[in-house]
Amino acid sequence: MPGATEGRASERTGGSTAIRVENLSKTFDTAAVLHDFSLDVRAGELLALLGPSGSGKTTLLRIIAGLDFPDDGRIVFGAEDATRLPVQQRAVGFVFQHYALFKHMSVAENIAYGLNARKRSERPAKAEIKRRVGDLLDLIKLSGFADRYPSQLSGGQRQRIALARALAVEPRVLLLDEPFGALDAQVRKDLRRWLREIHDRTGQTTIFVTHDQDEALELSDRVAVLDKGRLEQVGTPDEVQEAPVSATVLKFLGDTIEVEAIAQGGEVRVDGRLTPVRAPGGLVGPVKLYARPWQLQFAEGDGAHLQGLVRSSYRTQGRQRIEVDRPEGKTVVVEAADTHRFAAGSPVGLRITGGHVFPN
Amino acid sequence: MSETFAPATLAEARPASVVTEGLWVRGLLIAVAILFLALFLVLPLVTVFAQALAKGFGAYLAAFTEADAHAAIRLTLLTAAIAVPFNLVFGIMASWAIAKFEFWGKNLLVTLIDLPFSVSPVVSGLIYVLVFGAQGLLGPWLLAHDLQVIFAVPGIVLATIFVTFPFVARQLIPLMQEQGTAEEEAALTLGASGWHAFRTVTLPNIRWGLLYSVLLCNARAMGEFGAVSVVSGHIRGLTNTLPLHVEILYNEYNFVAAFAVASLLAGLALVTLLVKSLLEWRYADEIKAGARGH
Repeated sequence: MPGATEGRASERTGGSTAIRVENLSKTFDTAAVLHDFSLDVRAGELLALLGPSGSGKTTLLRIIAGLDFPDDGRIVFGAEDATRLPVQQRAVGFVFQHYALFKHMSVAENIAYGLNARKRSERPAKAEIKRRVGDLLDLIKLSGFADRYPSQLSGGQRQRIALARALAVEPRVLLLDEPFGALDAQVRKDLRRWLREIHDRTGQTTIFVTHDQDEALELSDRVAVLDKGRLEQVGTPDEVQEAPVSATVLKFLGDTIEVEAIAQGGEVRVDGRLTPVRAPGGLVGPVKLYARPWQLQFAEGDGAHLQGLVRSSYRTQGRQRIEVDRPEGKTVVVEAADTHRFAAGSPVGLRITGGHVFPN
Repeated sequence: MSETFAPATLAEARPASVVTEGLWVRGLLIAVAILFLALFLVLPLVTVFAQALAKGFGAYLAAFTEADAHAAIRLTLLTAAIAVPFNLVFGIMASWAIAKFEFWGKNLLVTLIDLPFSVSPVVSGLIYVLVFGAQGLLGPWLLAHDLQVIFAVPGIVLATIFVTFPFVARQLIPLMQEQGTAEEEAALTLGASGWHAFRTVTLPNIRWGLLYSVLLCNARAMGEFGAVSVVSGHIRGLTNTLPLHVEILYNEYNFVAAFAVASLLAGLALVTLLVKSLLEWRYADEIKAGARGH
């Protein structure tokens, strides 16, 4: 969309704040969905709102769009307080989970809808609308589909049309609600890469909601992890993975193994044996150690922190995952190179090579 | 029993045999159904036209030339012309409110919309007599302001509106519920005003369901007898609708004229049925949306 991006280039540089969410609270019936929620969205960034269902992420997106209104708090677009601004005047592009394409309109009519809905004085000329629809169809690689109807398209194609329709009005921010939620695995992967490309090309400030960690970590510039209506952490994918601020964030970002441990003087011991994991200063006494499946190694004798019996193993993409039953009844999953096969029932020792500790 | 489930038996059995009755059972059922339809539906319909034309085409046409028949046709058209648009607007508003918003008392409203279908039309008429009649609740006030509702056109229109109240709303509520609000929200985020979104998104999405319900509403509005009969007062040339006119002619043993006028209503019914079937065949998805799980 060449014409659409030029004007925004200056806003994009410098990572200034495009949207500021201030102390937002929202209650539906009696259930609080957002508590005193604050977040800054930088101009030009691709931000993921990641959280389990019921974490308030979709509500937050809808409040930013103006489809819902907060009980308390403010939404600021640039320098403008948009909290009470009606949805039509917010200039947001919203892509709905199930696309919400207009069934009775052709692809071209869908994309042109926002332009045609403008007041006569602000509406581009017919030829201009047609040109822009053509440009957008090129951008989403669906030229030649202008006269089709949504029912004649696949899920992935519909998703792309929905995106083009939202981009057509040159929104200040693009909001996507679980954009790939309704698609099958392969299409999801292709579309992710494609969305990233589109973002890199247009520099459009974009917020998308997802409950899929991989999607958030692969796609976004920054990830905001939500839980129970609160912001747990916001940072680059590397930051949230390397330095999660809470066990909730850590657990939500991938499979974890939970082990009882003792912290003292910055050192963490499991079953009396020292681990390479460092405890933050001040954390003393019984703690929980969280490790990823690849942060456990098979080891023998004193090298092992944990003991267990192999329950089963399976191979996945050149690695193998082994389920190990621990004496106290918990099952942990270990990821290892696919070199040695473990027979079910054989005793193994596990060595912790990394992880994070949090208070009990 | 065990034999029934033996693999060999299953493999040989044709799939259709599970749900298909024997030939003679099928034949019997079909014959009974056809006989029933012929006796109770086709025969009366044929009789209407046969009786209407019993004394030739001239006598048939003569039934429509008298002033009272003209008045009855005019009144029926007028009543439908008021009641149908009224219920169209009300039906869209009510189903919009019910399908797209959550509010207290929603279930009560849905139940109330159905009320006219569950109340006998005669009772519906009586309600209006009790409210607007000379001895009724608002009677003295209406009298003082020289307004006549009962035994006059306004009463007939009111009774017709009441009886045909549920048609549009009942058709549209499930349709709109199924469609949800995502498309409207999409239109709003794209900058459309509420009215523009309604015109360009909501209305096109419900158009065939709407047409279908208007058709049924119109047929009922023109054919309503019970409720209208109570409030009309049967004043010839003034407060007689077509169905009431048929009754008067019949009671006067003027069979040819009675059946001739009745044939008009029967014709209306046939046309309605035809268009309804066409709509159902062509836009089945949209009309039956409420029944679909989707």
